[in-house]
Amino acid sequence: MKLELRGITKTFGALVANDHIDLTVEAGEIHALLGENGAGKSTLMNVLYGLYQADGGEILLDGVVQKFAGPGDAMNAGIGMVHQHFMLIPVFTVAENVMLGHEETNFAGRLNLGAARKKVREISDRFGFDIDPDALIEDLPVGVQQRVEIIKALSREARVLVFDEPTAVLTPQETDELMAIMRQLKEAGTSIVFITHKLREVREVADRITVIRRGKVVGEASPTATNTELASLMVGRAVELTVHKGEPKLGGEALVVRDLAVIDARHQLVVNHVSFEVKAGEVLVIAGVQGNGQTELIEALMGLQPRVTGAIELNGVSLHGLSVRKILDAGVGFVPEDRTEDGLVAAFTVAENLMLDRSTGAPFVKAGTLQRGYLADFAREKVTEFDIRTQGIDSLAGQLSGGNQQKVVLARELSRDLKLLVATQPTRGLDVGSIEFVHKRIIATRDAGIPVIVVSTELDEVVGLADRIAVMYRGGIVGIVPGTTPRSVLGLMMTGEPAPGAEVAA
Amino acid sequence: MSTITQAVQPSQGHPALPSVVLRSWKAAIALSIFAVAALFIFIGLRQGAPGAVSTFQLSQSRDIIQLPDLVLPTFATTLVCAILLVAMAAWSVWITARSARVPLWLIVAFAVVFMVGFLTWAAAGSTIPVPGLFVGTVTLSVPLIFGALGGVISERAGVVNVAIEGQLLAGAFSSAVVASITGNPYLGLVAAAIAGVLVSFVLAAFSIKYLVDQVIVGVVLNVLVIGLTSFFFSQLLSPNAALLNTPDRFPRINIPLLSEIPILGPALFRQTFIVYFMYVAVAVVYFGLFHTKWGLRLRSVGEHPKAADTVGINVNGTRFWNVSLAGAIVGFGGAFFTLGSVGAFNKEMTAGLGFIALAAVIFGQWDPLKATLAALLFGFASNLQNVLSIIGSPVPSEFMLMLPYVVTIFAVAGLVGRSRPPAADGKPYIK
Repeated sequence: MKLELRGITKTFGALVANDHIDLTVEAGEIHALLGENGAGKSTLMNVLYGLYQADGGEILLDGVVQKFAGPGDAMNAGIGMVHQHFMLIPVFTVAENVMLGHEETNFAGRLNLGAARKKVREISDRFGFDIDPDALIEDLPVGVQQRVEIIKALSREARVLVFDEPTAVLTPQETDELMAIMRQLKEAGTSIVFITHKLREVREVADRITVIRRGKVVGEASPTATNTELASLMVGRAVELTVHKGEPKLGGEALVVRDLAVIDARHQLVVNHVSFEVKAGEVLVIAGVQGNGQTELIEALMGLQPRVTGAIELNGVSLHGLSVRKILDAGVGFVPEDRTEDGLVAAFTVAENLMLDRSTGAPFVKAGTLQRGYLADFAREKVTEFDIRTQGIDSLAGQLSGGNQQKVVLARELSRDLKLLVATQPTRGLDVGSIEFVHKRIIATRDAGIPVIVVSTELDEVVGLADRIAVMYRGGIVGIVPGTTPRSVLGLMMTGEPAPGAEVAA
Repeated sequence: MSTITQAVQPSQGHPALPSVVLRSWKAAIALSIFAVAALFIFIGLRQGAPGAVSTFQLSQSRDIIQLPDLVLPTFATTLVCAILLVAMAAWSVWITARSARVPLWLIVAFAVVFMVGFLTWAAAGSTIPVPGLFVGTVTLSVPLIFGALGGVISERAGVVNVAIEGQLLAGAFSSAVVASITGNPYLGLVAAAIAGVLVSFVLAAFSIKYLVDQVIVGVVLNVLVIGLTSFFFSQLLSPNAALLNTPDRFPRINIPLLSEIPILGPALFRQTFIVYFMYVAVAVVYFGLFHTKWGLRLRSVGEHPKAADTVGINVNGTRFWNVSLAGAIVGFGGAFFTLGSVGAFNKEMTAGLGFIALAAVIFGQWDPLKATLAALLFGFASNLQNVLSIIGSPVPSEFMLMLPYVVTIFAVAGLVGRSRPPAADGKPYIK
């Protein structure tokens, strides 16, 4: 089916998310929609899927203008979507999720689960998915959940399929498999819209590429374009894609973690007896697909997990069992995974956020009173030093862009006298310019002789920053390898295969 | 309280992480405390003269099948019970020490033995009418069960229903008035459902459309309904009681054969229309919730409304109508106060039972059958207090009055464990 979007405009208040966007996807074509976070790709697709109503423009399928009042209409017209955050109900089975919204019923309104199971098996066999229709979604790994999303769309005879950032949660191997599925779908005549900001994937699978920046189409590119060309089109200026860093000047072992285990509230061993050490002046990147225990490992280091066993020593002093306050006082800087949730108080000003974890005493608090004057001077200095784009130090942190919020968090942590920096997903959701900045600061911290732990799921970032890489899989460390390890080996390690000749850790 | 004892190796190719058995002493400690309490009460606070007996009456005089009374020697029976309880508590400690989970059946058996011992002790020298105990249990549970069913439906759809109390009271009031005027209790039942729906409309409109905090709306609604019904009661119903507050009650209908089942028959099958209607309602809600399109969609908007939206389900519409349906069901429960038991409306006659119903929803893990069982448990606790105060139990009546609420607190706080509410319960859906 041929899909045409003509002049789609969508505004949220003063923000123009989509500004007269034109897009044509031919039948049996994989069309990549490339753009940074916040460029308006997902908004456009939500308009197409009927979740948002466009303020202007029209949607045509095979030349016929469509009116979608809701996702139901879009689905009936043959549009399917594989959402970035899966639209699956965790406590339902695969069959129930697939049938939801267009249920077949038997006598007395009883659900016809048999028919739904048959449909799941049929589509699953066609693509070689091997999915049990009676499995609960919450028990399935994310890669399999994504396949359920695909089955869900195909069970409604979707002929235009939108994949919204589908590879964010996948291992490199799963990504390759997804690419194969997309090609298979394309051969069956399905039109595919592939939304992403990962250049490599686009070039691998797309037939045509449309680039969106700040809500506007800024150009088309062919898959033969280079990464640099695509990136500069996406960002609007020449960008540095690689991180420049010199050889590390290694010191002694600063952080030593031995046999660390974390048990979560569901009594699962989410961190499975890991051991590693970080030397002064070194970046250790903890790589792995999201949800393999990285979050819990870092929370254990920061004293945020209740059930931890093992040893954590920083410069010979044990951190295990200390309160978060004591750990921060020991000189650990922490950039949390979710800056809006854990890194900042959105309703506080930039200045207040800059002293958030230093409210216990001098220089910000004297005799129980905030030293407003000192704080203002300090905040102004940091705003300049870290190039935080804000209207003033009294602006609310919640009003800043993601990149500037992250700069506030970094400024706060790096302005303390650090013995260790822990940064989790430091560039998630940031624009390319901010990513460059954050990477530079991390490397500068390393070069100042401070041990750094970075947690990242993005292979580019892992390879760019790391002096050594620890790959986590299902709570354990698969291996600790040098920063120069090829991507293919890292990809395999992310699926749990130990690297040949890797330093085996516990 | 919890120690790590062992790590199970992950099975190959399975996505689940290795799970760790945490030794939980909660159950063992609770059982031990109760066992010690039993020893102290049964032996230390020994009742009756030496050689006193406790009598359990198993049949009512009008029953066809007459079972002989069960006469137990008070002290010997309580002593046996106490020893059994101590043994079970010790066993639970031993099980926990071997890092296994204390099985549910052991806890249930413990509770039953404790209850037998306690009743024997309390009835020293007198008689406990067992069928009457059960009849009262069912009667007192009816509004709780209707309330819990409404709560389950509403919360499964994602709207916290604190307004059960108000819906019960509104149902009680309007059924009394309509049944009195028309002289037809069935019309009163319909009026009760409508009143419940009206309360639900307010709850749904404020929580779904205007995104007001659902708990706050619920609490405010309860106060509003109490105020309104009390006002109308004192201004209209009291002066015109003959016209407005003398509803015909539903007649008792004995189901042939079933009502003659010893002990349980009278409790379950010598009841009024509302009670039989309740049996149907429990079954229909259970079937509907888990086996029909209606239930699948209802649960989907309560678990992950966005996912439901993306498959073309109208989330807020589904929520609105199901909260309304929940109001109708709770309204039936309200009618039971006036048309089923008391026979007239009275100020604040629901007396906080709506909140106990809410507790039953949580204790019953948002499942209609388990919530019904929970409501029956609370009903039993209330009725036990009635029966024991009639036979003149040695326990101070203040303590007995506390019993249903103590059971509620223990049930909800201690025994629920890891029950999981619908994921989007209480969260408004904003696109």
